[in-house]
Amino acid sequence: MTQTGSLTTPKEIIRMFSKETSLEVFWRICLCRNFELNVKKAYDAGLMPKIPIYLSLGQETATAALSVAFPAVKQFGQHRGHDLYLCYGGSPQELRDELLGLPTGCAKGMGGSASIHSPKTGMFGHDGLMGTQIPIAVGYALGSGNKTLSTMGDASAEEGYVLGAMGEAASKKAPILFVCMDNNLSIKTEVKVRRSWTMVDEAKAKGIPAHDLKDDPWLIMHYIEQIKNNLPAFLNIRYCRELWHAGTGCDGPPEWNRYELVRTELIFLGLLPEVKRIERNAAHQMDNLWKDVHCPTKEKA
Amino acid sequence: MTVAETVKEITRKHLTENNGVVMGQCLSAVGWVGGTVPEMPGHPNLIELSMDDTCSSGLAAGYALAGRRPIFICRYQGFMHFNQVFFTNFAAKAKEMWGYGVPIFIRAVAMEGGIGPVAGSSHHGMIIRMPGIRIVAPMTSGEYTEAWKDFMEHDAPLYVSEHRHSFSIDHEMTDLIHRQADITLFPISAARLNTLEAVKLLEKEGIICNVINLLWLKPLIAEDKMLNALENSRFGGMVVDTDYENGASKCIACDLMQKTDKKVGVMGLEERTAGFAPHLDNLPPSSEKIAKRIKEKINRC
Repeated sequence: MTQTGSLTTPKEIIRMFSKETSLEVFWRICLCRNFELNVKKAYDAGLMPKIPIYLSLGQETATAALSVAFPAVKQFGQHRGHDLYLCYGGSPQELRDELLGLPTGCAKGMGGSASIHSPKTGMFGHDGLMGTQIPIAVGYALGSGNKTLSTMGDASAEEGYVLGAMGEAASKKAPILFVCMDNNLSIKTEVKVRRSWTMVDEAKAKGIPAHDLKDDPWLIMHYIEQIKNNLPAFLNIRYCRELWHAGTGCDGPPEWNRYELVRTELIFLGLLPEVKRIERNAAHQMDNLWKDVHCPTKEKA
Repeated sequence: MTVAETVKEITRKHLTENNGVVMGQCLSAVGWVGGTVPEMPGHPNLIELSMDDTCSSGLAAGYALAGRRPIFICRYQGFMHFNQVFFTNFAAKAKEMWGYGVPIFIRAVAMEGGIGPVAGSSHHGMIIRMPGIRIVAPMTSGEYTEAWKDFMEHDAPLYVSEHRHSFSIDHEMTDLIHRQADITLFPISAARLNTLEAVKLLEKEGIICNVINLLWLKPLIAEDKMLNALENSRFGGMVVDTDYENGASKCIACDLMQKTDKKVGVMGLEERTAGFAPHLDNLPPSSEKIAKRIKEKINRC
């Protein structure tokens, strides 16, 4: 995969956001990463049911930025949505239980990894057919008048009903932000093999403001500031999926590691102590959450 | 009141008193869907959809999540091939998946042939196999009102298999039950009309038929009087449908046979594709055809 363009965040954009905002984004990034790393560890060790799992490792910087810059909105995602769930405040414990197939899971075991939801934080569940969340989200946004976020992948974006629903959102001015989490892959088939057009062009053709970005959280927050009161809008966010489409396999290191890039920027800002504290706390919380799974007590075992 | 007037009044109240929405394609075009939609052009709750059949039912599902209890109108029931997916895979499953209902009143309007391979007659057979969805086929004002009341009392999607032949009907249809009938007929939708004519033809030949009009196709409400009528019929029963036989009619016949000791046959559209030329059309069984089939069944026994 080659996705051209600078990976460095313009300094003037970073400076637009407070230290607290940047650290909050970093906290959510670390929360997601540590949750997912624990899932991987448990899955690889055979300590979880062998349901299909879709880990969000690699896309959490974008989702963390979305949740900070576009908060308190209803969310419609699909598979690979652990980060969406967590960044918008879903209970990590209920997500863990869901992945373990327990009745205390966020969807009582019905949702698995792909169809999770969180009524308390406004996240609706997904029915498993790629991209169906987009028409439903548009209908919700139009029917309620509430600001709504709907995410999709670069493959589900190709569904005809996604494009039709975006047209409906444009025609009727739905208060919705569409985000395409573009890892350039449908399982392992690259975008260029599948289509000759871009989602940004599709959105623009419908009159929807659209931007093609990398997964730089500050850049994403900057663009959301510009568009969040001029909805509908569309963001195509390019990122590197760290693991396989499903499961925990890995084909090697990502083309870029946004987590490390964000960490470096924060250190340049003089926030190394805070960075270390956040990393430590996130790891501690998530490791604690999963410790009974990794090391079951005799009774539980 | 005719059925059309009843539907129109229910719809008007839903628009103006419930903050409900009515949505569909070309609602305000010729005839306002056979006079069943109130002529309120520009009303904000009367939603003209784009002609994209692939996303529209998803929009309806979103409106339902927003609490607007949409009436979704599919002017040709054959168009449900594209429209059904959000009803059957999302709305029908949401309650079991996530605990909340997605109430949509799905008006799927059947024609009686004359329009080629897709849109012809009823298509409730496509829907009936999916768990979580209810199906009703009203032919009178009273039945339509019952269906609407049921919809408003539940939070599940309700598939209303309408037929244009019902729109002008201004009377209720009662079941015909004899103490010593030869056979019990279970007509669905507009098949009731030809069935009644067939009963007259058969009566002239000394064959006595019960007629139990099927309103609820799913769940099948097998009342005692229905089962007793069948049980007391010398030659069992026959379900007469306006859809292909490999659908609702066989499901219902099977249910009836499991609940009684009688054999129940089915009649519906022929197992072939309808063409546009009149001689290639595929229409619900005529009264003559029904009568012939009943006589054959009786002669076989």
